[in-house]
Amino acid sequence: MKTFVGIDLGSTTTKAVLLDEDRKVVGHGITNSRSNYATAARVASQEAHVDGQFTLFRRALTDAHAKIELDSFLGSLERAFRLEQFLEQLDDLEQTCLGQIQGERFSKLASGVKEALAEVFRRLRNEAPELYAPGAKRKSDFFRDIAGSRYHTHAEEVARAAGLPYDLLLNVYDKSIIEVENRPPAGELSDKFRRALGRVLATESSVKSAAPEIEKMIEGALAIDLEESYLVGTGYGRVTLPFSKEHIRSEILCHGLGAHMMYPQTRTVLDIGGQDTKGIQIDSSGIVANFQMNDRCAAGCGRYLGYIADEMNMGLHELGPLAMKSDRPARINSTCTVFAGAELRDRLSLGEKREDILAGLHRAIILRAISIISRSGGITNEFTFTGGVAKNEAAVRELRKVVKENYGDVTININPDSIYTGALGAAEFARRAYLGQPDGSEQ
Amino acid sequence: MTTATKIVTSKAPVKEVIKDASMLKQKEMMAAHYDRLTGAPETGAKVASTFVPGNLNELIMCFDLINNLPEVNAIQSGLRRVSGSYVLEAEKIGHSEDVCTYVKSDIGMMSKGNIAPNGKKFPNPDVLLLSYTGCFTFMKWFELLREQYKCETIMLHTPYMGDGKITKNMIDYMVKQLKDDVIPTLERVSGVKFDIDRLREYLKKSKKAEDDLVRVLQSAKTKPSPIDAYFGGIYYIGPIFGAFRGTDDAIDYYRFLRTEIEERLAKGQGPVTPDGDMGKEKYRLVVEGPPNYTSFRQFWKMFYDEGAVVVASSYTKVGGVYDFGFRHDPDNPLETLAEYCLGVYTNRSLPMRIDMLVNYINEYEADGLLINSIKSCNSFSAGQLLMMREVEKRTGKPAAFVESDLVDPRYFSAANIKNRLESYFQMIDQKRAGAAAAA
Repeated sequence: MKTFVGIDLGSTTTKAVLLDEDRKVVGHGITNSRSNYATAARVASQEAHVDGQFTLFRRALTDAHAKIELDSFLGSLERAFRLEQFLEQLDDLEQTCLGQIQGERFSKLASGVKEALAEVFRRLRNEAPELYAPGAKRKSDFFRDIAGSRYHTHAEEVARAAGLPYDLLLNVYDKSIIEVENRPPAGELSDKFRRALGRVLATESSVKSAAPEIEKMIEGALAIDLEESYLVGTGYGRVTLPFSKEHIRSEILCHGLGAHMMYPQTRTVLDIGGQDTKGIQIDSSGIVANFQMNDRCAAGCGRYLGYIADEMNMGLHELGPLAMKSDRPARINSTCTVFAGAELRDRLSLGEKREDILAGLHRAIILRAISIISRSGGITNEFTFTGGVAKNEAAVRELRKVVKENYGDVTININPDSIYTGALGAAEFARRAYLGQPDGSEQ
Repeated sequence: MTTATKIVTSKAPVKEVIKDASMLKQKEMMAAHYDRLTGAPETGAKVASTFVPGNLNELIMCFDLINNLPEVNAIQSGLRRVSGSYVLEAEKIGHSEDVCTYVKSDIGMMSKGNIAPNGKKFPNPDVLLLSYTGCFTFMKWFELLREQYKCETIMLHTPYMGDGKITKNMIDYMVKQLKDDVIPTLERVSGVKFDIDRLREYLKKSKKAEDDLVRVLQSAKTKPSPIDAYFGGIYYIGPIFGAFRGTDDAIDYYRFLRTEIEERLAKGQGPVTPDGDMGKEKYRLVVEGPPNYTSFRQFWKMFYDEGAVVVASSYTKVGGVYDFGFRHDPDNPLETLAEYCLGVYTNRSLPMRIDMLVNYINEYEADGLLINSIKSCNSFSAGQLLMMREVEKRTGKPAAFVESDLVDPRYFSAANIKNRLESYFQMIDQKRAGAAAAA
């Protein structure tokens, strides 16, 4: 089956969308951009393929009217698959760590370190299934974050027991994780799906009776080749990729088209990303008619919230909920990222409440965004909000207020997949390019 | 004819920069001018400082004064990448970050020894001639210079063209100022008696060069355009906007330039860029607003790499609008000076500017309007978004907006500008494809 890939290389995360020939989204993938766009693009694309595979499973099992609880089964399969992938990367990490044991520092300790590493990895492997048990909460979905914290814990214990220097084990890990992170999981996807299926069928009694049918359907879906027919890259990292010019589109055009595909009546799009804010006007075909964006200064963009979160020692996703608790937002005029910390500390020292300060900061961001939109031509029905900040409920609440104050009752669309808007537009550009259609025409 | 010049900088490796023969000729003219200027204390020549819009070079020459243009000096500092340190110096003295960076570059240069591009010291001016007031910053600038040099200051008030036309009253008002104030003061400062026939002779020469300049600018109506009327255009306006209008040098330069362009036209060639001949012409743009001088070549490259050529620009009209018929008229010497000052682009009302831009888009068959909005120039920037909307509405062509600064390198964000430009070019592609599909 032909697929079209759109990759949006943002400053914070890299997103990929897989589109089929009917313009239906088959899969999404996201990863951290890790200042290595080439790897980020490969990982995001592979994640979209994995997600695409699940879409195919769902289609196959739905068509076959398999007598199973579909969501629950696919949930189990996905956890089992993530576990397989995690174990595979763990193997890779272990091999890479072993490769680091050489040179003078290790001359006398090599065999001890090897034994210690074997013990650490044995423990990591043993506890891995718990990480992917139903309902288990993981700090992050990125391998580096999950493996890192557990490695540290085990290495400390093992080193102490073996009388080895702890920092030696840490050093081996630090050197290896970057290498491992910078290569996408290497194993065949279909093998991992089969192993994952084996796990689910072996452990979940509810699907055992339907096992032969499920295996047949899954094999059928695995046999479908998600052939990558055309790829288009967009976003800040686009120029650093080995894409030729025909495979690159501006993120402004991609966001415009992506928003149009999600909401065909959209005429105005606001995108607040990691380092820029864009106000885009589009016509009835999703073609950009005008746009404005912030200049060289990234004040009030997603990265600003990141700094605030760091300053407050909170997770980025915790800011919105805390700000929602405020009923008296502080009045904040500056959205300068550089001064964000100073402003914050100043207000805290004056006794203002954290939630009020945060609510004020969210309002300031939105006011700045509204100014950019008005420069691009204002808001006409319908209005779509995209980018990472669209996931922040406090920002959304302020946006709704400010839009109403300035433009009255306007339909505001916020898609749960809004973070993929640019990648979606890029995938559609890929589909059109493959069909040899000029960029602006739909058919 | 083009020539490759080796430019050696301390950081970058040796790079060949392609220059037109006319550019090399202009370079010689500019070098001679700076030598004449910095040599003034030895030759005893007197110096008048004035501005590009409303530059009365013919009148200044009648008094054997040498024309010194602080804006051009700031541009030279920008192109030579020294303006950044001058701007910082001016800020150190107390000028705010928002002040026009031409002013700050000039003030900073003064406080760092006032060194001209030829490495010698600029002379102190003997008179400051402010002949255009459409930009009120000019007035403040000269107040600062007057404080510094304690020299005579003349202000020729040019009424703003708020109603979109030049009336007899306006001309009379300006001629009266010329007769009663400007000319007597210049006589007193220079010790030279005013001779109106001498002025007529200069004006005759101006007209000749202006004819050739217009031919060059209008060559961009051809497809492909043999010139870039913004980046290249800035070189073309150099002599006539500066200290050469009314001279034989200017006549020679523009005849030479015109021949050069006509050759390119005959051969169907596009513009010459610093990297040689431009590739296929893909986008034809009209540009509003001054360029960025500190990253001039990098900015230009973002256009020619994508096959974008500027076919007309408003900035190349700040020192005189000639392409709608105005020429200096030797038969009415004082009146023509008045009319010239009144007509410069920046003295035109917003509706007049819009008319001009719309006219350019239609006449030069451009794909749309691009505005380079200058951070520190309120005179240009005020109203630009409104102008953009109106031009879009009247032409149906897409417009875009980028932001930079004149000579403050801190306000040039290459990634941001490139991003916007590429988006704009792709927007034009989309519009074309949409139009083709609809047809």
